[in-house]
Amino acid sequence: MKILVCISHVPDTTSKINFTDGDTKFDTNGVQFVINPNDEFGLTRAMWFKEKQGATVSVVNVGGAETEPTLRKALAIGADAAIRVNTPATDAFSVAKQLAKVVKDGGYDLVIAGRESIDYNGGMVPGMIAGLTEANFVNNCINLEVDGTSAKAIREIDGGKETVSTSLPLVIGGQKGLVEESDLRIPNMRGIMMARQKPLTVVEPIDVSAETTSVSFEKPIPKGAVTLVSPDNLDELVSLLHNEAKVI
Amino acid sequence: MSVLVYTESEKGSFKKTALEVASYAKAIANQLGTTVTAIAINADDVSTLGNYGVDKVLSVKNAQLDKFNANAYAAAIKQAAESESSKVVVVSSSADSKYLAPLLAVGLNAGYASNVVEAPSNTSPFTVKRSAFTNKAFEIAQINTDVKIVGVSNNSFGLVENSGSASAEDFSPSIPELGVTVESVDKATDKVTIADAEIVVSAGRGLKGPENWGMIEELADVLGAATACSKPVSDLGWRPHSEHVGQTGKPVASNLYIAIGISGAIQHLAGINASKVKVVINTDPEAPFFKAADYGVVGDAFQVVPELIEKLKAFKAQQ
Ligand SMILES: Cc1cc2nc3c(=O)[nH]c(=O)nc-3n(C[C@H](O)[C@H](O)[C@H](O)COP(=O)(O)OP(=O)(O)OC[C@H]3O[C@@H](n4cnc5c(N)ncnc54)[C@H](O)[C@@H]3O)c2cc1C
Ligand SMILES: Cc1cc2nc3c(=O)[nH]c(=O)nc-3n(C[C@H](O)[C@H](O)[C@H](O)COP(=O)(O)OP(=O)(O)OC[C@H]3O[C@@H](n4cnc5c(N)ncnc54)[C@H](O)[C@@H]3O)c2cc1C
Repeated sequence: MKILVCISHVPDTTSKINFTDGDTKFDTNGVQFVINPNDEFGLTRAMWFKEKQGATVSVVNVGGAETEPTLRKALAIGADAAIRVNTPATDAFSVAKQLAKVVKDGGYDLVIAGRESIDYNGGMVPGMIAGLTEANFVNNCINLEVDGTSAKAIREIDGGKETVSTSLPLVIGGQKGLVEESDLRIPNMRGIMMARQKPLTVVEPIDVSAETTSVSFEKPIPKGAVTLVSPDNLDELVSLLHNEAKVI
Repeated sequence: MSVLVYTESEKGSFKKTALEVASYAKAIANQLGTTVTAIAINADDVSTLGNYGVDKVLSVKNAQLDKFNANAYAAAIKQAAESESSKVVVVSSSADSKYLAPLLAVGLNAGYASNVVEAPSNTSPFTVKRSAFTNKAFEIAQINTDVKIVGVSNNSFGLVENSGSASAEDFSPSIPELGVTVESVDKATDKVTIADAEIVVSAGRGLKGPENWGMIEELADVLGAATACSKPVSDLGWRPHSEHVGQTGKPVASNLYIAIGISGAIQHLAGINASKVKVVINTDPEAPFFKAADYGVVGDAFQVVPELIEKLKAFKAQQ
């Protein structure tokens, strides 16, 4: 089985979010970038397939050279090869078109992407890859088993979960549950050394036009101070929620 | 040219989000000077959509679509958009809509903006405000394609009643190969889901152990709320994963979010910040959550929660 894991390079979850250039650009100053958490669960599941069932695992990012440390980390975790499509990622549809090209050229059976990126929160790329490559698609995937060309997956739905059967070629939008937190791997020295020897191929982008463009960013209006209610006076809380906040 | 809206239903009745996206579609239709057409799949009383600004309903009845299938639903909506020559398609942010929308975007060659929180500020260029960076910021985005898809963030626009009436028309789209077959569904049907809930009661590690969740469920019951939890609580197996909210869990955009024994870590807050009113109950006055909350009680959950339940019961009895 040939597996491609799509890796989005995102600010660490503790990052302060600021903008520059008249609020048109994300301020990367002092921001630590990491593998998108949803993608890390997917990558770890891919390693499981590689070790238990036999598979080759490639990782891919659409982005500038600054994303290479993130791809190297994926190699250190155990991926066999990395691909970087050399173009800034500016909108989901364009990213998906670049990735669809990589999928078709590489003849991947299984594409593991994340349910959404924690930066732009589009939740678009995996479904678009599936649409563009005419592969089956399971979103919000929390469990995946592959047997030959058939696959069984569990997907989270509002209020519960659903078990589905499908077949390769398949794209999933994955999340926690594919593996657990405790299964995640911190690259060790050997992994890091080996990663240096593994191929990281830079491919040039295909020509696509941006379907959506980002105009500017805004930060939420800062909150007023909290209204404290004494634990001995919970009637007041009920009254505030009813009369002032009007939520009960 | 009408604005097309996909109005989701469950067991024949429209979900609240369906009425919200219909209201949203009406706002766009007013801006564009056009009408609203809804596509409803196996829904019963489609005329109710008229109360939320829908002029016409394309009503699909097809047993093959009894269970949700992203491919098939996207294909049906695509055909509806084509038959109405719609330039704008509106969907919700439910798990199902988020599943089908990217497939629809490919099918219609449409730019898609998800998590949109307001009516477009401009329709040419088509400009929307969407939440990004897990609610730590908003992005003003422009959709450049001829056909546009807008995914409305739950609970961001609200329901807007309208004294119109909707005509219904049968619509029979052709259904492609499903590709993915549902084998079984495991879903608590008697509970409100986090996605649909107006009120969410959430608890964290401060509750000490799973055996103490009785009072959380009771509080949720009294309020008609969904229950949620912090990440460590689901990691420890105290509560199911489906209740984990935050940056790496489910997003919450309820009217009221009550956090009990949750410290308010940045990753937790990121996921729940879109909720309108936040109440925190915590023994530690220094807990970061107090900075993000509207109302706070510094106190022991094991005393405050049972008492709050009594007060709320008394309040409900008076209503
Ligand atoms: C003005 C602007 C500047 C940006 N600059 C950058 C930048 O410099 N670097 C950058 O990485 N992103 C950048 N982005 C984000 C870029 O737009 C996203 O990669 C793309 O829009 C998809 O984001 P999404 O939230 O829709 O992804 P989602 O659809 O939410 O992502 C879901 C999954 O798709 C896969 N995926 C998403 N994006 C990529 C990717 N780029 N490569 C491989 N797999 C991916 C991952 O598996 C991810 O978990 C920028 C966006 C804007 C608007
Ligand atoms: C990459 C990453 C992603 C993450 N994603 C998420 C996420 O999506 N969601 C999430 O929730 N977390 C997430 N976290 C974890 C987050 O950083 C915090 O560790 C977590 O939110 C803390 O959970 P908690 O508030 O339940 O526990 P704690 O931080 O232990 O807080 C417990 C609180 O309970 C209070 N308390 C104790 N006893 C009582 C009592 N008797 N009555 C009332 N209050 C009491 C304490 O004062 C304390 O404030 C993530 C972390 C990382 C690194």
